[in-house]
Amino acid sequence: MRAAVIVFPGSNCDRDLAVAFRNAGLDVTMVWHKDTDLPSGIDMVGIPGGFSFGDYLRCGAIAANSPICQSVKAHADRGGYVFGVCNGFQVLTETKLLPGALMRNAGLKFVCKNTPLKVETTSSVFTSAYAQGQEIMIPIAHHDGNYSADADTVKLLQDEDRIAFTYGQNPNGSTADIAGILSENRRVLGMMPHPERAAEEAHGGTDGARLFAHLTEALAGA
Amino acid sequence: MQVQEPAITEDLIASHGISPDEYAEILRILNREPSFTELGIFSAMWNEHCSYKSSKIHLKKLPTTGPQVICGPGENAGVVDIGDGQAVVFKMESHNHPSYIEPYQGAATGVGGILRDVFTMGARPIAAMNALSFGEKDHHKTRQLVHGVVEGVGGYGNCFGVPTVGGEVRFHPAYNGNCLVNAFAAGLADADKIFYSAASGVGRPVVYLGAKTGRDGVGGATMASAEFDETIEEKRPTVQVGDPFTEKRLMEATLELMQTGAVISIQDMGAAGLTCSAVEMGDKGQLGIRLDLENVPQREANMTAYEMMLSESQERMLMVLDPAKEAEARAVFEKWDLDFAIVGETISEDRFLIMHNGTCMADLPLSKLASSAPEYDRPWVPTEAVADMADVPGIDPIDGLKALIGSVNYCARQWVYEQYDSMVMGDTVRNPGFGAGLIRVHGTGKMLAFTSDVTPRYVRANPVEGGKQAVAEAYRNLTAVGAKPLATTDNLNFGNPEKPQIMGQFVGALDGIGQACLALDMPIVSGNVSLYNETDGTPILPTPTIGAVGLVAADETPIIGTAREGHVALLVGDTAGHLGQSALLAEVFNREDGDAPHVDLDAERRNGDFIRAQRDLIRACTDLSDGGLIMAAFEMAEASNVGVALDDADTATLFGEDQARYLIACNFDQAEALMTEAAKAGVSIKSVGKFTGDAFKVGSTEAPMADLKTIYRGTFADTFA
Repeated sequence: MRAAVIVFPGSNCDRDLAVAFRNAGLDVTMVWHKDTDLPSGIDMVGIPGGFSFGDYLRCGAIAANSPICQSVKAHADRGGYVFGVCNGFQVLTETKLLPGALMRNAGLKFVCKNTPLKVETTSSVFTSAYAQGQEIMIPIAHHDGNYSADADTVKLLQDEDRIAFTYGQNPNGSTADIAGILSENRRVLGMMPHPERAAEEAHGGTDGARLFAHLTEALAGA
Repeated sequence: MQVQEPAITEDLIASHGISPDEYAEILRILNREPSFTELGIFSAMWNEHCSYKSSKIHLKKLPTTGPQVICGPGENAGVVDIGDGQAVVFKMESHNHPSYIEPYQGAATGVGGILRDVFTMGARPIAAMNALSFGEKDHHKTRQLVHGVVEGVGGYGNCFGVPTVGGEVRFHPAYNGNCLVNAFAAGLADADKIFYSAASGVGRPVVYLGAKTGRDGVGGATMASAEFDETIEEKRPTVQVGDPFTEKRLMEATLELMQTGAVISIQDMGAAGLTCSAVEMGDKGQLGIRLDLENVPQREANMTAYEMMLSESQERMLMVLDPAKEAEARAVFEKWDLDFAIVGETISEDRFLIMHNGTCMADLPLSKLASSAPEYDRPWVPTEAVADMADVPGIDPIDGLKALIGSVNYCARQWVYEQYDSMVMGDTVRNPGFGAGLIRVHGTGKMLAFTSDVTPRYVRANPVEGGKQAVAEAYRNLTAVGAKPLATTDNLNFGNPEKPQIMGQFVGALDGIGQACLALDMPIVSGNVSLYNETDGTPILPTPTIGAVGLVAADETPIIGTAREGHVALLVGDTAGHLGQSALLAEVFNREDGDAPHVDLDAERRNGDFIRAQRDLIRACTDLSDGGLIMAAFEMAEASNVGVALDDADTATLFGEDQARYLIACNFDQAEALMTEAAKAGVSIKSVGKFTGDAFKVGSTEAPMADLKTIYRGTFADTFA
C-alpha cells in the first residue's frame, strides 16, 4: 500500500503522520506542495496538520490553491483515498472535497488537550476497526476547528451517515459536535483531532492507532 | 539619495544610552567624532543587553565545563552530549521589556529569538518552555498581559511547530510595572555537526537570509537596557513583529543548507540585528567585514544605513558562505521562498566597513567594537540577613490547602498550557501540568526532560540560598521523572545594577547558582542577563530563572506512573518545618518574612541519586517545593484521580518548605524494599500516609477531592478568562 504525505512550507505534523502511516505498514512518500503530480501508484494521500501557509488569508485557503492540490483533487475524483488531519481538514474544505468550513474556535483561543470522541459510523476504511458509538480519546490542537455548515448540509451528512466522529465535550463550538466527516464516496476523511498523536504507547494513549493499523488491510480489501 | 545624518550632540549621545565616560572611550578608539550611524552601532554593541557589561565579571565565576559539555556559553546556545553521537542544544532568554509594552508581539518574538538561537547551531528545536512573571492579579495591566503574552507564546510556537512542554507562571506585586517573559528552547543535533559563528577565510561572501529588513525594533536592545517610566507607551514602535511562518521556513531552509556543506559560519540576527551578527562573526574569526547595505533586502523604501544597522526585524540570519556552493545554497532558499542576498564579504583588515550606495557610512575597528565594550565591576553590598520570623499561627490543613490551590500562584495552569501545542512532533511522553516535561528523542529509546524553576521570594530574602534553591529544585524536578540532570541555562532577571543592593542580589544569587551547579554536576552552558527590570525605581523580585535538561537513557524507564488506590505515600528527605518565605505565609497570612530555606547540596545529591537508582520501585514521584508536603500530596492525588490520607501533623510539617525532599507513591512491598535501600544509602525516608478513596484527609479533617479539584482547576480561568 502506498501513501503520499503532502508537505506545505508550514506543515508541522507531516513527519508525525508519515510515522503513523509507516508504523501501520504503509509505504510513504513525502510530496512537496510545488510538485504538480502525485507519484504513481498512490493509494492514500495524507494532508497533515500544521500551518500550511501560516494561516494567512484563511487556514488552508492558500494550500488549496497550490499546484499539488489539483492532483489531490484528481486523485479523489478517481476514487482515491484522502485523509486530512487538522489543517489537512481545513485544506479539504477549502478544496471543496468536503463540505462546510472550519471557523475560529468559539472560545477564541487555541486549544490543545486530550478529547473524548464518539465514533459515529464504522462504514469507512478509516473507522471500520472501531465499534459503532465507541468512545475514544484523541488529542486536539487547533485555533480554527469550529466546524460550520448550513442546516441542509448537516442534515445531508447525517442522512448519508457521513459524520465520522463527534466530540464528547464540544471544545470549539462545532455544529452538531462534528469532529470529522466523510465524502460522499466515503473515501475522503477530514478530522480536526490528531489520531497520529495517540498511536503509540509512548503517547500515553493508543486509541488513534486502530485507525492506522486497519488501513493496510482495509485498503487491500477495498 | 543619501540622507544627511544628524550632528552628534550631548542629547543624542544620551538618548543612545551612552554615558559620557563611554563616549570618551569611543573618541579615544576612533581618534575622531563618530558619525550618526557609528554612534548607533556603538550603542547597539555596548548596551547592557548585548555587552553584559555589568554582569560579565561575575558570570565568569560560574561552572561551565564538564565531560558532557560540548559547547558552553558564548555561542548562540549551549551544546551537551546525550550519547550515541547526539547532542541537545539549548538556551533561555528574556523578552521582558518588549512583552510589557506589546504583550503579544513581545512574547511571540521572544519565542522566535530563542528558537533561532537553537537552529542556528544546526539543531532542530524539539521542546520549548516559558517562565512568566506577572504583577498581582488585580493590577489593571495584569489581565491584558496574561492574555497577550500567553497568546503570543502560543501563536508563535504552535505555528512554528515545537511542543511547549513546561514552564512557570507566577504573580507578585513586584512585577506590576515589569513583567518577565523568559523563553527556553532545546534542539537536537548530531554532535559532530554543530555550526558556530566564527567566520573564516578572506574574501568570502557574507550572505543575508530570511525575511526582509524593516524599521521595526530600531533601538530595541537599547530600550531593553533602560528602566521604565511613564513614557513607556512611546516605546511601542521599538517592539519587533514576529512571523512564525517565515521562521518555520527559515529553520527548514537553514537546516537543509547546512547539509550542503555551504555554511562556513552562521549567526542569527537577534538584538541589534545586522550589527551584532556581523561583528560577532568577524570578531570570532579575527576578520573584518564589509557590508554593502543597498543589497540588503528591504521591506520599506528609503531606509537609512542607521536604520538597517539597528533594525531588529525578525526571522533573519547572516552567514559566511563557501563561494563554490553558492548556486546550491541559493536553490535551497528559493525552494522555501526566502530572501538570499550577498550583502558583503570578509576582509583581512580589522575593519567594520559599512557602505551604502557607494558612500562610507561607518568605518570602525571591528575587534575594538567587539572587545572594548565597557566592563564594570559595579559596587555591590551583600544582602542583609533577614530578621527572625514572627510566630506562625496553626491553621486547619484543609483550609490552608484550599487557600493555596485557590490562589493564582498555586492553582492548576491548564488555562495557560492548553493554549500551547504540547504534542506536535509526536514525541511528547508527558504533557504539561505535573512536573518536568518529557520528550522522546525521535527514533531512539532515550528521553529528554525539561524544567524551569526559581522561587524569587527566596532569592530576595537570601540570594545565595535562593540561587542554590533554584538549581536544586530544577535538579529535583528532573530527578522525579527519572532523568539524570545534565546541564543548565540561566536567565538572570534583576533590577538596576547601578544600585549596590541590586548588584548585591545579583552577586549573591550567582554565588548560590554556581555552588549548586558544581555540586549537582549540572554546569551552565548558556544564558542571558536581563537588568534594569524596574519601573519608577521599583525593582522586580530577583528572578534568576533556571532552565535545566535531563536525560533518561535508552535502558532506563522514566518515572511517569500515577498513584493508585492503596499505594503508600513515602516522604524522602528530612523535614524540619521551615516556614520562612513559604507559600503558606504569602498566600494565607499575606506575609513575606523569614529566611529562605537553606539548601544542603550533599543531601540533594544523595536523595536524587537514590530516587533515580530505585526507579523500578517507584510508581509516581514528585518533588516538594512551594506548599510543602500537603501541596505535593494534593497534586499527585489530583493528577492520579485518587484520594489521599496523610497522617496528622502540625502546620510546619505539612506546609514547611524544607529542601531535598520527594514524595513517592508505590505499593506496600515496594515501600518496604525502598526503606531497606534508603537505610543502606543513608537517605531518610518515612511513610506519611496512603492514597485511597475520593477525599483529601489529614488526620481527622477532610474534604472531597471533587470539591478541591474544582477549586484547583477553576481558579485560573475564573480569575483571568
